[in-house]
Amino acid sequence: MHHESATANNVQLVQLLTPDGQRVEHPDAAWTGSTDDLLALHRDLVLTRRVDTEAFALQRHGELGLWPPCKGQEAAQVGTARALRPQDMAFASYRGHGVAWVRGVPPENLLGMYRGTTLGGWDPAEFNLALPAIIIGAQTLHATGYAMGLTLDGAVGTGDADRDAAVMVYLGDGATSQGDVLEAMSWAASFSLPVVFVVENNHYAISVPVTRQTAVPLVRRADGFGFPGIRVDGNDVLACHAVATAALERAREGHGPTLIEAVTYRMGAHTTSDDPTRYRDGTESDDWAARDPIDRVRAHLQQLGDHSAAFAALEDEAEQLGVDLRAACAAMPEPDLADQFDRVFVDPDPDLQRQRGDYVAWRSLETGGVA
Amino acid sequence: MTRRMSIAAAINAGLRAALESDDHVMLMGEDIGRLGGVFRVTEGLQKDFGERRVLDTPLAESAIVGTAVGLAMRGYRPVVEIQFDGFVYPAYDQLVNQVARLHHRSSGQVRMPLVIRIPYGGGIGAVEHHSESPEAQFVMTPGLKVVAPATAHDAFWMIQQAIASDDPVVVMEPKRRYWESGEVGDTPEPLHASQVRREGQAATLVTYGPMVRTCLDAAEAAATEGVELEVVDLRSLSPLDLGPVVDSVRSTGRCVVVHEAQRTLGLGAEIAARVSEECFVHLEAPVRRVTGYDLPYPPSRAEDEFLPGVDRILDAVDSTTDDSVYAGGES
Ligand SMILES: Cc1ncc(C[n+]2csc(CCOP(=O)(O)OP(=O)(O)O)c2C)c(N)n1
Repeated sequence: MHHESATANNVQLVQLLTPDGQRVEHPDAAWTGSTDDLLALHRDLVLTRRVDTEAFALQRHGELGLWPPCKGQEAAQVGTARALRPQDMAFASYRGHGVAWVRGVPPENLLGMYRGTTLGGWDPAEFNLALPAIIIGAQTLHATGYAMGLTLDGAVGTGDADRDAAVMVYLGDGATSQGDVLEAMSWAASFSLPVVFVVENNHYAISVPVTRQTAVPLVRRADGFGFPGIRVDGNDVLACHAVATAALERAREGHGPTLIEAVTYRMGAHTTSDDPTRYRDGTESDDWAARDPIDRVRAHLQQLGDHSAAFAALEDEAEQLGVDLRAACAAMPEPDLADQFDRVFVDPDPDLQRQRGDYVAWRSLETGGVA
Repeated sequence: MTRRMSIAAAINAGLRAALESDDHVMLMGEDIGRLGGVFRVTEGLQKDFGERRVLDTPLAESAIVGTAVGLAMRGYRPVVEIQFDGFVYPAYDQLVNQVARLHHRSSGQVRMPLVIRIPYGGGIGAVEHHSESPEAQFVMTPGLKVVAPATAHDAFWMIQQAIASDDPVVVMEPKRRYWESGEVGDTPEPLHASQVRREGQAATLVTYGPMVRTCLDAAEAAATEGVELEVVDLRSLSPLDLGPVVDSVRSTGRCVVVHEAQRTLGLGAEIAARVSEECFVHLEAPVRRVTGYDLPYPPSRAEDEFLPGVDRILDAVDSTTDDSVYAGGES
């Protein structure tokens, strides 16, 4: 038996756009979009990064308690999420700001969880995007169950493009060690469910390198469960879009799950509380900066023609997005503990309502009558 | 000779002492090695004791505790870190069904000298699952011991005593107090003994962990109005040492239990039951509980309202001395 490692390059990496913006072909992936499609993906990437940078700054200014930046992972998120159809369901992680952007969640709705004004932020059914799970890996089982529901509903494999649906679930490389994740993959394979597992392998789980989570490239996990796995350059939005489109199609047609390993890099800290200099060496980050997911799209677009006007307009749009986001953050309503009592159950619990009453009465005493 | 240090530094020093004195002691957890833990409690230990004894584990809590069981069977003394309170649940099955039972099941042939360290509790402005107080779930599990140091002195000694224990010990660490400093003396108290932290005659505050400081603050505030409160720090939640509580309540006649954890079936319920059994004729008022409400932990900008604070504690004390409020159930 030959020896492999998590970072072995004996498994093909699907790439359609090189780091310097050259368009290349790959036998396992096709991308046939137009220049407008490219511009649209570029816009998603740039605006996702702007949301991320603004939120990071808001945390630094004390407006958010925490922020997990997605810088560097925008292509893995945007490329795969753009392959979703409206009727598909997505389950992103706490770092999936690009997925939320693509699903149409207003960016300010991402902030509440990190500002501490809410535990949620949006209605999952409105955007077909679940709330991010903070418990690592938990969402993979939810995605699998949702996919089971789609199958039971007959919303898979009918051949009707507006009806057939699939589920895409995002997780990190660290998450692949959780029992929940392995159970989800086993379950999804057993029932041949329409779920696409997207592992954003950003090489770290906080400080722990991916080599501690696996002895083989993560994509190889799929073999053992019995469904296809594909390893893609996670900083290449075209390749991500192409492999995700194919995997979702396969799922919607009723042929079961796929594992996509998007090889990417967390260019920033794990969260605003983290200091990556404690566990990352030397030039690693510089090497990845040269593989920036946005730069290569921009370089490619420039090769195709003069897009300076579009780029300038996008810059303005990003500026405005930042202004709006800052304003929306400051305007977020403060949470009222009294409201928390009302959302524990569908059917009110009288005992809990009594506690609510006691709390409100106590508060009004403390504040001299203004509850 | 005493040394002044933070609670985090005291645990670090205690872990270091344990690693030095017994080479079967090993630390396991997420990010505890190179990073030194997300709270830096294990800072420098991997550097000094090596990667075989201070392990950065895969991201899998059930595996961390489950493999610790096997390591313990092989003669090791694993000290496991659960990064935050809310992440202990993936390991709950191993803790409750395996760790807690093997000694009993094997008629004493298998020992489980495990320590499970859990930074717990709220008040740090964190996102969901980072502010939980799950201690009662371990206290109600036969076969687990549970301790909750509140001072730097106890943090230093109790972690070592827990490691030296041949029984599994869950150490609930008061994360919001990690950076508060205190004197660490030369002599430990017994691991499973509660302690009077402040003497007083008006009423007894019974508490543990991060709420010890809050109760002492409340007692300080009460003292400025001439009301002297006795504060008992339970220190050990399982087994409970209620001797000092009973003695205190027999003299004050009033008892208020304070914890961050939700009220229903929290430690306060057990203590109220035992105090009413043992102090019934001495009680001048029903035992009161000042706790988190029976809610999932709220968004952080509402946590100050959720967590017991000085005002709620003093109101509860007042309610034990004021006949007119006996009827109300809440403090
Ligand atoms: C069950 C559980 N254990 C631990 C944590 C703490 N934690 C938060 S993020 C993280 C690392 C996750 O790494 P990975 O899955 O690779 O995703 P990434 O953060 O890199 O996107 C850890 C250990 C958690 N949230 N949930």
